[in-house]
Amino acid sequence: MTERAIMERVQARFGAEILSCYEFRGQCAITIRPAQLRPVLEWLRDEPGINTDWLMDVGGVDYLGFSPADGSGDDDREWRYEVVYQVYSMKLNHRFRVKVAVAEPDLVVPSVWDLWGIANWMEREVWDLYGIRFEGHPNLRRILCHDEFVGHALRKDYPINKRQKLTSPSENILCEKVEWA
Amino acid sequence: MSEGTKVPAIPSELMTLNVGPAHPATHGTLRLQLQLDGETIVNSACEIGYLHRGFEKQCEAVYYQFVIPYAERLNYMGPVHNSNAWCFACETMLGIEAPPRAQALRVITSEMGRIIDHAVCIGTNLVDIGALTNFWYMYNYREKIYDLYEELCGARMMVNYPRIGGVSLDAPDGWFDKLLRVIDEMQEAVGEVRALVERNRIFMDRTIGAGVITRELAISHGVTGPCLRAAGIPYDIRKAQPYWGYDKYDFEVPTAEGGDTYDRTVVRFQEMYESCKIIRQAVASMPAGPVMVDDHLVALPEKDKVYNTMEGLINHFKLVMHGIKPPVGEIYSATEGGCGEVGFYIVSDGSAKPWRVRIRPPCFANYSTFPKIIQGAMVADAIAALGSINIIAGELDR
Repeated sequence: MTERAIMERVQARFGAEILSCYEFRGQCAITIRPAQLRPVLEWLRDEPGINTDWLMDVGGVDYLGFSPADGSGDDDREWRYEVVYQVYSMKLNHRFRVKVAVAEPDLVVPSVWDLWGIANWMEREVWDLYGIRFEGHPNLRRILCHDEFVGHALRKDYPINKRQKLTSPSENILCEKVEWA
Repeated sequence: MSEGTKVPAIPSELMTLNVGPAHPATHGTLRLQLQLDGETIVNSACEIGYLHRGFEKQCEAVYYQFVIPYAERLNYMGPVHNSNAWCFACETMLGIEAPPRAQALRVITSEMGRIIDHAVCIGTNLVDIGALTNFWYMYNYREKIYDLYEELCGARMMVNYPRIGGVSLDAPDGWFDKLLRVIDEMQEAVGEVRALVERNRIFMDRTIGAGVITRELAISHGVTGPCLRAAGIPYDIRKAQPYWGYDKYDFEVPTAEGGDTYDRTVVRFQEMYESCKIIRQAVASMPAGPVMVDDHLVALPEKDKVYNTMEGLINHFKLVMHGIKPPVGEIYSATEGGCGEVGFYIVSDGSAKPWRVRIRPPCFANYSTFPKIIQGAMVADAIAALGSINIIAGELDR
């Protein structure tokens, strides 16, 4: 199925809850609010003909000061951050993209770590680099930056050349359950 | 011991063992903390980020074409693939396609990268479990492939070979013949290593059943590449969503059933053969023609034009100083790297610098299974499994 056909079916199902739809070079994406994330991802996974049973990637984007050079008006976002989920159906060989709009001051997105194990680390990374919290995540610690790091490195207002040194590594990194690690 | 005598319970407590960050078995800088009951792992956790150098942040500060050398440093074991993949992602963004000859050269350089990636992975994994000889065999041929890279573009490891819109240089005269000779030798060497390893009692005892990634775990964790195919899922982006004309080449996607360390090694061996096959076909069907697109907004003009015409000089200056400007938009581009799906998610605001570059590193997903697959195993199994997942810290930590 083409990504546009998937998008049309998602629109038919979730309609008003979709904030915006997007198509570029044959790739499609929808933007939704955090509350719809789990229903939409689960629906995409279980809906016959779509079956995006793989979560390939989770990443954040900071749109602070985003102003498209061509004046296409894509800068009228009311939210600063987006968390981007790339899903894939191995059986049907198609991809789709779901974006969650995250507005300040409430930077919270529901975690999907119980649906896909990969989300555990990927969400930790988004938390680490963008400061977006994932509700329900069992082990939301920094993953790429160290524990003493202050701020979130991939935010647009974090200076590119600022360095923070670690004084001493953490003694214990074990979790109560191995599933959380 | 007479009937009825009871051995008193020996009081014991759990021991915490740190492996890494600098440990010979981690091949890169990563830390693993194990909680042991005797020699059995009862709990574990991974700490990554020791090689975090802000790749994604850096990309936001430079022009698209300046990311190419950075991309190469993500997976330094099979380096050319990631820069090829980055250029491919930018081309998708721009809506252009590299000429057929450049695509075939990308296929060849990427497959050479895959071969040495697997060679190093197998070699070092075997060293970890006590078999040193294979390592020298494999490294010997890796050097020969580096020689070929050197002859192609002047650098051995970080070659900075592709460009957005094609590749930087055409192959020199006689290069393809040398390539085919090295590939033949490589294949022979792989056969010798296989003969030493595949039916080796010690190797089999050490690796069969060690570090099993089941199908369910693989799906849940987005495991791709040889680790996934060893679990029995024949997913390969070169087949599923072909790029660079991979659909023209006849090759198999090797799979195994068990998903353990042994299967991953076997799958890698077979993939090296398949890569040799692809390279031979690509050389045999090498199309003639240019290696860069004919588009003055993307490709640098020829030196002759730069030095002798005003238009050429302006064009060169504009591209170097002001960069390549894709339209406003966002794309996700996935290719099959040595360890699995290498994805670039790029958001463009229409300027010469990407607004956001997100790389989906295959190692990150593959390694996140690690605490689960070594649960209940021995420390020695964990070391064997660690090597077979092929963690490239440069890609893991970005």
